Amino acid sequence: MSAGYNFGFMDEHAKKEIRRAILKAIAIPGYQVPYSSREMPMGRGFGTGGLQLTLSLIGENDTLKVIDQGADDSVNAVNLRQFIEMTCPGVDTTTYLSEATLIQSRHRIPEVALKPEQVLILQVPYPDPLIVVEPSEDKRKMMHGEADYARLLVKLYEDIVKFDEITISHRYPTRINRHYVIDPSPIPRWDVPKLNHSPALILFGAGREKKIYAVPPHTLAEPLAFDDVPFRVEDFSDEIGNRRACVRCGSRESFLDEFTDETAGKVYQCSDSDYCDGQLAKQSGKEAVYA
Amino acid sequence: MRKILEVRNLSKIYGRGCSRCVESTGPEQETNICPHCGSVVAIHDVSFDLHEGEILGLMGESGSGKSTVVKNLYFDQTPTSGSARFFNDGIAKDMFGINAAQQRYLRNHSFGMVYQNPHLGLNFGISAGGNIAERLLMSDVMHYAEIRTRAKELLVRTEVLLSRMDESPKNFSGGMQQRVQIAKALATNPPLLYLDEVTTGLDLSVQARILDLILEIQQELNTAMIVVTHDLGVIRLLTGRALVMKYGRVIESGLTDQILEDPQHAYTQRLVASAL
Amino acid sequence: MGYVAIKGGSRAIQGAANVTEALRAAEGEQGVPLTISTIKNQLRLLTSRIVSEGGLYHPELAALAIKQSQGDTLEAAFALRAYRSTKPRLLETPVQDASKMRIIRRISSAFKDISGGQMLGSTHDYALRLMRMELADESPEHFRNIAKKFMQSTPEIALPDSFPKVVDALREEGLLANFSADRVGHDAFDITREPLSFPAPRSAGLATMARAETGSLLALAYSNMRGYGDVHPTIAELRIGYLPVMLPHMVTGELVEAGEVLMTECEVVAMYEDDANGGKPTFTLGYGACFGHNEVKAISMAILDRALQKGMADGPSNPSEDSEFVLLHIDGVDSMGFASHYKMPHYVTFQSDMDRLRTTQKKHQEGRS
Repeated sequence: MSAGYNFGFMDEHAKKEIRRAILKAIAIPGYQVPYSSREMPMGRGFGTGGLQLTLSLIGENDTLKVIDQGADDSVNAVNLRQFIEMTCPGVDTTTYLSEATLIQSRHRIPEVALKPEQVLILQVPYPDPLIVVEPSEDKRKMMHGEADYARLLVKLYEDIVKFDEITISHRYPTRINRHYVIDPSPIPRWDVPKLNHSPALILFGAGREKKIYAVPPHTLAEPLAFDDVPFRVEDFSDEIGNRRACVRCGSRESFLDEFTDETAGKVYQCSDSDYCDGQLAKQSGKEAVYA
Repeated sequence: MRKILEVRNLSKIYGRGCSRCVESTGPEQETNICPHCGSVVAIHDVSFDLHEGEILGLMGESGSGKSTVVKNLYFDQTPTSGSARFFNDGIAKDMFGINAAQQRYLRNHSFGMVYQNPHLGLNFGISAGGNIAERLLMSDVMHYAEIRTRAKELLVRTEVLLSRMDESPKNFSGGMQQRVQIAKALATNPPLLYLDEVTTGLDLSVQARILDLILEIQQELNTAMIVVTHDLGVIRLLTGRALVMKYGRVIESGLTDQILEDPQHAYTQRLVASAL
Repeated sequence: MGYVAIKGGSRAIQGAANVTEALRAAEGEQGVPLTISTIKNQLRLLTSRIVSEGGLYHPELAALAIKQSQGDTLEAAFALRAYRSTKPRLLETPVQDASKMRIIRRISSAFKDISGGQMLGSTHDYALRLMRMELADESPEHFRNIAKKFMQSTPEIALPDSFPKVVDALREEGLLANFSADRVGHDAFDITREPLSFPAPRSAGLATMARAETGSLLALAYSNMRGYGDVHPTIAELRIGYLPVMLPHMVTGELVEAGEVLMTECEVVAMYEDDANGGKPTFTLGYGACFGHNEVKAISMAILDRALQKGMADGPSNPSEDSEFVLLHIDGVDSMGFASHYKMPHYVTFQSDMDRLRTTQKKHQEGRS
């Protein structure tokens, strides 16, 4: 017995259906387009939605970057990248953002602004922000159709009453083009502003929940907030109020990972590994590829 | 007085219905249930007008269909036949001809509803203030401080303890739960309010306070109201005009005073005579 | 001080793959690799389960999936399902007639005896669940003799090619509603081509349940049996056998037997209901069917089919009657994938959570002082 796979693993009909769903998603910004998600050789929850988007869009002229938690070397990213390399012979892969045409990412948007020729694909576990207030999909569809987000907004109100601020940390509900509210995937609040008037197309793929949605370029993306309680990103200040720096490259402008080192204690380092490498390269004059 | 609501020939039948349902049910037949097909004729051929600032009573015993009228006008149910028009600033809306989204808009902006059972009108998973906030948020108020202020105003007006504003209504007394419902219903200053047996089951003194509150609100805000009740005392106190219903039909209608002083229909006579 | 480099992700994955493979061959010098035939035959019910949950009728590949996943049924079904994903769709079969099944087991609980007879066939139902210690040290000679002895000592009796359906007898008597012939072959919902949306048609529910994870189906059906529901079922017929797959000949168009598939079918009769159009009341039917020999799955499916139909008509009053609750949570590939995904790195989101909590704690502190 032997298995012969098509370029991109999925058959052409599956890819075509997904591209059609993508076009519909772009035409209706923020609307969750249902599609018949195919089973992939990696588990549901491991990025099969993002993967199907990538495989439907990728061609031999593409250069692919895959990151998880901002790093190219994280196990999930490595696994996906190897699978794509195996099933898409001739496609280049890279860790340099500037070289990439397609970027598949889990939980982060790169620190450096994307270019119009690039497409960012985000992996989504929960496509629907209304799931926290309404378990029935049928009812949620009606609420989205009528832009009836009052029950979600009440949750934000109750948060402010209890904690003096909105306590949603990641997956912050964001309104696209003044109608549909999306779950922007578990990116930190830090990354939500990058959705607003993005130069590049941003696609969202939920494999298990079988939905595709999009924030097209130059589209309004507003995190839900009250007029007098504005949206706030994560705070990287230390106890005396100074903004922490990355221990590796010194940047005070990026999202930092916090972890413990046996000798040094608490350590802070850029989550976006390519960005960190770029900062170091700039400092030593070897910055050509990070232009 | 300008008309705010016009209801014509409203009917609601539960079950598959048959050609003989209507003639086999009603006050003469002493039943709502069609003997031929088992369907229930909850209401049939109900018609009335309501004017701005007016309070209309729907009176009858259990099974008379009075609650069903209001459930249909609030879009909790869909009528089997009949029509209703709602007038907003002189512009008429065909209530059962508009689509579900438009009906929800009317519900959220122009109507208020207070149910006998607070579980139907309140969300017990959020605070009392949150319930009011939800209605304000549905009408696009997006300023937190403003929402807070307005919610407090309404709770003070309906005499709910402000100190309990951020608690879930589930630990409130029945009377206080009803007050929160009224506060919530009034949040958007609706021109039309439906009150479905709102004081039934409450202590008499609590009832009295809530009835006073309702009268005050009507005087302050000129809200039109439909009050559903089986209690003659409530009808007498609140309403200017009333309809008496039995087995789904309107058997008598007119000025409340006249109906209570000089009832025409035998059933109404019995009702009035039996009042304590 | 140095920073901690989080590198070596690909080395870690390779290492994990190596040690997993080494565990598979841990018997070392004494080891004999499992053959597909061994798994398919000696673990035939496990193979049936994987064929059913993988949703692809290929017992050899199902056996291979069991071998490579080292016995993890969720992983094995997953591998088979993923493989199916790569296969092109050649054609859709016409509706097949289950009464044509070549029976290997067939029983009815509704009647003491049925036309064609109660054929117990192979079952553990009446076996005593005692550990058969003698199987621990089975010799190859002893093993090979079993089948030989059975064939020699069992008389050959010709069985009819097919057996009538018990439900057809009930239909003839008017106790079960007839289905209208014009609805046969009516467009069945294809869950592999269209996403489920609710309210979902009955064919979508049945298709989802046919390849659902057995334990998930059983738990939900059990909840209905125990009281979170009221199907009160009686098995009209449970039949297991080989269904001939009839396909249209590519030239003449005539239906030709292209092969057969082992499958299990269960028809359950439940409480009677008034007819919606005022006709006389009849029993209601619950239907379950799946690839392979999977009795508990087919019975569970039939009970849930009835429960879901009731839920659709009257509104769900229990979880087993709620289409969304049932159909969205029984697929083993979806559920195991999501459960497993929690093992992946979530440190960026956790960083975000820590930021929130620290801010809130600070406010709490300030509030107190």
